[in-house]
Amino acid sequence: MRVAVQRIWALLREVTGDDAYERYLAHWRVAHAADGTKPLDRSSFYREEQRRKWDGVRRCC
Amino acid sequence: MATTISRRLPRPVSLAAWTLVVALGTVALGIVASARGESIDALWFIVAAVCVYAVGYRFYSAFLAAKVFALDPTRATPAERFSDGRDFVPTNRWIVFGHHFAAIAGPGPLIGPTLAAQFGYLPGTLWILIGAVLGGCVQDFVSLFCSIRRDGRSLGQMARDELGPIGGAVALIGVMAIMIILIAVLGLVVVNAMRHSPWATSTVAATIPIALMIGLFMRHLRPGRVLEGTAIGVVLLLAAVFAGGWVDDHPTLRSWFDYDAPALALMVILYGFAAAVLPVWLLLAPRDYLSTFMKLGTIVALAVAILILNPRVQMPALTQFVDGTGPIFGGNVFPFVFITIACGAISGFHSLISSGTTPKLLASERDARLIGYGAMTMESFVAIMAMVAACVLDPGVYFAINSPGGVVGADPATAVATISSWGFPVTVDQMSVLANQMGESTLFARTGGAPSLAVGMASIFSNAFGNTLLSVWYHFAIMFEALFILTTVDAGTRVARFMLQDLLGNVAPPLGRTSWYPSVLFCSAIVVAGWGYFLYFGTIDPLGVINSLWPLFGIANQMLAAIALCVATTVLVKSSRVRFAWVTVLPLVWLVAVTTVAAWEKLFSPDLRVGFLSHANDLAAQLEAGSLTGAAAAQAPQLIFNDRLDAALTLFFLITVWVLIVETARICHACLSGRRCPPLSETPHVQTRLVEG
Repeated sequence: MRVAVQRIWALLREVTGDDAYERYLAHWRVAHAADGTKPLDRSSFYREEQRRKWDGVRRCC
Repeated sequence: MATTISRRLPRPVSLAAWTLVVALGTVALGIVASARGESIDALWFIVAAVCVYAVGYRFYSAFLAAKVFALDPTRATPAERFSDGRDFVPTNRWIVFGHHFAAIAGPGPLIGPTLAAQFGYLPGTLWILIGAVLGGCVQDFVSLFCSIRRDGRSLGQMARDELGPIGGAVALIGVMAIMIILIAVLGLVVVNAMRHSPWATSTVAATIPIALMIGLFMRHLRPGRVLEGTAIGVVLLLAAVFAGGWVDDHPTLRSWFDYDAPALALMVILYGFAAAVLPVWLLLAPRDYLSTFMKLGTIVALAVAILILNPRVQMPALTQFVDGTGPIFGGNVFPFVFITIACGAISGFHSLISSGTTPKLLASERDARLIGYGAMTMESFVAIMAMVAACVLDPGVYFAINSPGGVVGADPATAVATISSWGFPVTVDQMSVLANQMGESTLFARTGGAPSLAVGMASIFSNAFGNTLLSVWYHFAIMFEALFILTTVDAGTRVARFMLQDLLGNVAPPLGRTSWYPSVLFCSAIVVAGWGYFLYFGTIDPLGVINSLWPLFGIANQMLAAIALCVATTVLVKSSRVRFAWVTVLPLVWLVAVTTVAAWEKLFSPDLRVGFLSHANDLAAQLEAGSLTGAAAAQAPQLIFNDRLDAALTLFFLITVWVLIVETARICHACLSGRRCPPLSETPHVQTRLVEG
C-alpha cells in the first residue's frame, strides 16, 4: 500500500514536472560531473527551464 | 521482449473481445444515427466514441505504424542521440502523452461542436469520429513520425526541406494568420461570457492576480514547486468562483464589474498586451499550470458526470438548418460543419506541437503511435463531450443562448417568437428562470459557445453531484473556459510575436532579437493590434463575429492541416511508399475540397449571411439609398470594410492552399518520374543503445 502511494506520488511529480530539478541533477551527475563544473542551483535551473520552455509554440487551440 | 508477449491475451480471447467492441460500437453508432424524433441516452454517444477510437487505435494506427511508417524501435530517437537533459530527454511514454495532450487540447474542441450543434447532433458527431480516426489522428501521427526522423525539426523547416522555400513561407504565414484570427475569436468568446455579468467578470478578473501570486510563489518562495503552487492556485480559483457570487449580490461592488461588450473587449486587448510583454514566469507560466490542471480535472469530471447521470439528448439528429439558414452561423451543412469543427476532428495546429517539443522527448520510435495517434483520440473525445453538453439542453434554450440578436431579434419577446416558430419552443419565462438559476441577468444572445456549454455543464454537474448551486457550477464552468482561453490568448500572442520578430529580423536585424525590449514592445503591439482590431469591431457586428470569424479560423486551421499532409505525402512518395500515400492523400483531398468550397462560398455566395462580398455590397447599397439610420448608419462603413478585409483573408487562404497543392503535386510527379526533386531529408539510422522497455 505504502509502496503504491509512493509510486503514484512519484509519477504525479514526474508528470507535472515537480521533480524536474532532481531529474536534472541526476542527469548532470551522469553526464557532466566529470567536467569540473557545478550544477545550477534550484532557483537558476527553474529560471532557465522556464525561459527555454516558453521559446516557441507551446499551446494549441 | 518476453514480458510483452506473455502479457498479450490468447488469440481467441482477443478476437472475441475485439468482435465485441466492434459489435458494441456498431450498435451504439446505429442508435445515434437512426434516432428520429425521440430523445436518446447520452451514454450511446460515449459508447460509440470509445469503440470507434479503440478500433481505430488498435487496427488503423497499428497498420500505419507497422506498414506505412515502418516504425523502428532499434532506431535511436533524437531524444537519445542529442540527449542533453533539457530539450532532448528520453521520457516515459505516458508522461510524454500527458504533456502532448495538455499542449494540443485547448478551448477549440469545446467551442466548435457547441456551434455545430445547430445542424443537429448527427453531422458534427459523425465528423468528429470519422475525421479524427482517419484524418486528425493520422495527421498528428505522421507529423510526429516525420519530425522524429528529422532530428525533431519543426513543420516550417520540414516544409522548406521537403517542398522548397514556397512551402516553408506558406507554413509560417499560415500560422501567424491562424493565431491572429483564433485569438480574436477566443477573446470574443470570453467577452460574450462576461458581458453585463459582474459574477463572471469578477471571477475571470480574479484569475489574473491569482496567477501573478502563484508566479511569484514559484519564482521566489518555492522555486519550481509546481504541485504546491498549483494546489494553492486551484483553491484560490475555487474561492474566486464563490466570491464572484458575493460580488454579484453587493450593490456597489457589482457596478465595478458590470461592463458592455466593447469595454470588455478593450480590457481583454490591454490584458493581452500586458501578458505578452510581462516576463513569462510572472503571468503566463503560472496561468498555464493552473489551466492545465483545471482542464484535465474538469474534463474527467464531465466524463464521470455524463456516465453517472446519463442525460438525455434533446436536440434532434438533424435540424432544418442543414439547408444553410441556421441562426448561429450561415451556411450549409456541407462544407460548414467541417469548417466549424476543426479541433476535435482534424486540427492543423497540432502538427506544430507534433513537430515541436514532443518529438524531442520520445524514447522510442514505437511510442509515436500512442502519442501521435492516441492523444488525438482523447481530444476528439473532449469534442464529443462538448457536443453532448450542447445537445442535452432544450433546443429552444440552446438557440436562444447562441443566436445573435441581429438574426432572431434583439428583444426577448421577438427572439423567443422567432425561435419557437422554427419548431423549438421556448418562452421568455423559461429563459429568465434559467438565467436566474445561473446567477445571470440574461442568457439571450450569449453567443460564442461558452455560456451555452456552461449551462450544459452546470446542469450535468449539479444533477450528478448534488442538485443545488447551479449558479456556482455555471460560473465555475465560465471560469474554467476563460482560464484556458486566456492562456491561449497569452501564449498565442507570444508565438505570433516571435514569428513576427523572426520575419522582421530579416529586414532590420535588431528587431529579430527576441530579448531586445523595444522590439518586444513593438512587435507585441503589432500582434495585439491585429487581433484586437477583429475583437473590438466584432463586438459591434450585429450578425455576431462568430458568423464571420469562426469559419475563417476553421479554414485557416484546416489549411495548416493541408500543409502538414502535403509534407507527409511528399515524404511518403520520396521514401518509395507511394502505394501507401492514400493514408495522407485521402484526408488531404477531403480538406482541400472542404476549404475550397467553404472559402468560395464565404467569398461569392449571394446569401448575405454567408458571402462577405454580397453582405458588403448590400450594406453599401442600403447606405447609399439612405435606408440605414442612427447607429446602423454610423457602423456601416466599418462593417463594409471588415467584410472586405475578411474576404481578402479568405482569398489569401484559398490561393495559399492551391499553391501548396500544385507545388506538392509537381514535386511528387518529378520524384516519381525520376526527374530532379529535393532529396528526402531523413536522418540516417543510428542503432539505439537504450534498453527495451
